[in-house]
Amino acid sequence: MNGYDEERIAELLRRLPPAPLGWVRAAQELPAAREEIAALVARAEADLAFRGRVVADLEAALEAEGIAATPSVVAAFKTSLDAGSAGG
Amino acid sequence: MQTDAEIVARCRAGEDAAWDELVERFSRYVYAIAVQAFRLEQHDAEDVFQEVFARVYQHLDRLRSDDAIRPWIAQLTRRLCIDRLRSARREGPAEDELIDPAGLDESLGQLDEAMTVRASLDAVGEACREILDRFFCRDESYRSIGEELGLPAGTIASRISRCLTKLRAELEGRSEALSSSGDR
Repeated sequence: MNGYDEERIAELLRRLPPAPLGWVRAAQELPAAREEIAALVARAEADLAFRGRVVADLEAALEAEGIAATPSVVAAFKTSLDAGSAGG
Repeated sequence: MQTDAEIVARCRAGEDAAWDELVERFSRYVYAIAVQAFRLEQHDAEDVFQEVFARVYQHLDRLRSDDAIRPWIAQLTRRLCIDRLRSARREGPAEDELIDPAGLDESLGQLDEAMTVRASLDAVGEACREILDRFFCRDESYRSIGEELGLPAGTIASRISRCLTKLRAELEGRSEALSSSGDR
């Protein structure tokens, strides 16, 4: 952390522009989606036919359950599903 | 300003507002690693971005030390970017250069350093934080900053200069504090 001058500080500040607001908001909404995702994962673990449909098309499975398949929800769902598989 | 470890501890306690802060604090870092260091296209970067935060949310309790959140997020982002590039390579011709871009380590190191500088922004006060963020990170013009903050455009350059000086002093202070504690 030695040797900072104003030019270097400015250069480093420029390296971190904001991420698109929609991405940030979507990631922040994960806690709100957690119950719906947990219920779907539990169902997929208990029902092999449902699990097959889910694995074949995550987005369609979410939409069929009335859950908006945003990239953050799909990613969270996939992560939970993988964690469930690893644990079971 | 709360430390990374304090925010992680609040997340573990189930505080939703803390999760918002964690995403806010690391969103630029994850985005920059994906787009600058690995040069992912926006749609791939978005998938990586969301998967990083989904995994962090899912596995936060596995983090050995709350202080280790930044390196953990960096490592996770790096791994997911590489997975994404490998997957693209299977679907079409792609060079190793894409998986391991030239200067990757240097780029990641600079982003880590940029996060340290950013963490010091909070210590120089809201007014300086705002003006420096708008000018350097959001690439806003003097005129736009002046209009947004209700300041004469002619004073913006000198304010930026004063704020940079303040930020530099803050960084040097932290650096000296770190050196002193290391000398003990």
